[in-house]
Amino acid sequence: MGIVPGLIKGLGVTLKEAKRTVFPDGMMKPPSPAKGAATVQYPHEKEELAPRSRGVIALKEENCTSCMLCARECPDWCIYIEAHKYLAPPRKAGGKPRQRNELDRFDIDFSLCMYCGICVEVCPFDALFWSPEYEYSEPRIADLLHDKDRLADWMTTVPDFESYEAGSEQKVRKVPR
Amino acid sequence: MTLAIQLSYWQQTVFRSLGIAAAVLLPAGTIVYVYLFKMMSFMQSRLGPMEAGPFGSMQLLAEVGKWLQKEDLIPAKADKRVFMLAPVVVMLSTFLIYTVVPFGPDAWFTNLDTGIFLALALSSVSVIGTLMAGWASANKYSLLGGLRAAGQLIAYELPLVLAVVGVVIQAGTLNLIGIVTAQGDGEIFGFGALGNPYIITQFIGFLIFLIATQAELTQAPFDMPIAESELISGYMTEYSGFRFLLFFIGEFATAGAFAALASVLFLGGWTIPPFIIDPQSNVMNVLGPLVMLAKMMLVLFLIFWFRFTYPRFREDQLQQLAWKYLIPLSLVNIAATAILKVAF
Repeated sequence: MGIVPGLIKGLGVTLKEAKRTVFPDGMMKPPSPAKGAATVQYPHEKEELAPRSRGVIALKEENCTSCMLCARECPDWCIYIEAHKYLAPPRKAGGKPRQRNELDRFDIDFSLCMYCGICVEVCPFDALFWSPEYEYSEPRIADLLHDKDRLADWMTTVPDFESYEAGSEQKVRKVPR
Repeated sequence: MTLAIQLSYWQQTVFRSLGIAAAVLLPAGTIVYVYLFKMMSFMQSRLGPMEAGPFGSMQLLAEVGKWLQKEDLIPAKADKRVFMLAPVVVMLSTFLIYTVVPFGPDAWFTNLDTGIFLALALSSVSVIGTLMAGWASANKYSLLGGLRAAGQLIAYELPLVLAVVGVVIQAGTLNLIGIVTAQGDGEIFGFGALGNPYIITQFIGFLIFLIATQAELTQAPFDMPIAESELISGYMTEYSGFRFLLFFIGEFATAGAFAALASVLFLGGWTIPPFIIDPQSNVMNVLGPLVMLAKMMLVLFLIFWFRFTYPRFREDQLQQLAWKYLIPLSLVNIAATAILKVAF
């Protein structure tokens, strides 16, 4: 009957976990499950998010060249981009006017988005960033389509990049503000 | 001192019905809140319900309210009458078990000479309800769950009954009141201050009874009939609203009933050690139910502790445990008890 000690050990595990949850400061102190529990009571208190949490995608509109890479890489095709070309004044006096793209529409449909982050990875001009904000549920599903103004608003919530591990040669990239 | 009130039959019946309803529903509600909601959460390092009432204590009322509002769905191809009757059969068997459980020297519902026999027979009636639910749902998951439940309940009925036989031999009576009295007035080698709760002499019987109870209640690790990963919810799959509520209350009220039986058979029922209060004194009519509740809660703690700790058995392992280990062991226990009973 080699299984009996294992069964008793299993009972010990659950009991110890319950004791740790109810009495986080030891049996002598008054019980405080709210402190011992690994979970938080969400609407009343908020969870401490992990670094680089993926909540919502923010858009830095000035950096976007409407190259369409993000829209094409998106597995769900939930990014909609429309743009038009215009002639910007030359950089130096007497030069040729430069051809630029201007965004008319940049929408991300968060009812389709699966938060894979490929668009953020693939953007060559630092226009898309992860923000940890997650409280943007809507009663109507169509309202989950965030237009470029709404996406630009999320830019203020983007945290600075984490520093790399000690001894790294690379400099930490800066989030364009 | 006796009560000098004479009640007519219908008045007694009303009192008994109210008493049974209280005896079934109060422990069931307490079990769900204390063990299912809170203890389980603490064992998983979370808080459980916290919003309804102080510390979520009104959560069960909220759930009952939700279930009562739900539509009473019956599948199109279901055998309607059987489908509607099944939860009632399960509930009834639970309610009837409580009729033979004594809660004090005079606080009992019925004084039957074959009390424990009736209780165990009634507990098997719930198998019929389960089978009815599984068959009438017209759903393959329900049918599989119902058949598994039937196979399991019948397999574990045997060790359950055989474990009780040891107690019956020792007490010399099938009457539950007699069994409690035998423990309260019992002596351990001439030392009578503690009484003689049969958990000491029938410890193996107690263990077998606990394991078999766990299986009878289809609590994990014996929850093959409602194994959610393969059978959705077994025989309860098609039930919703009020009828699901009946099954739900039935599950936890039956847990309470079996805990009551276990405390009567093995823990001395409503008695406390005689050197504190004499078991036959009138005080025990008030104190007895509370003592009973405390002992039931102790047994239920064990049942739910096992439930939250162990993973589910496979079907063949489950049958093996009953037929190859528990039944032979309980037969040995009966033989040993009988020999010792004759010898001393």
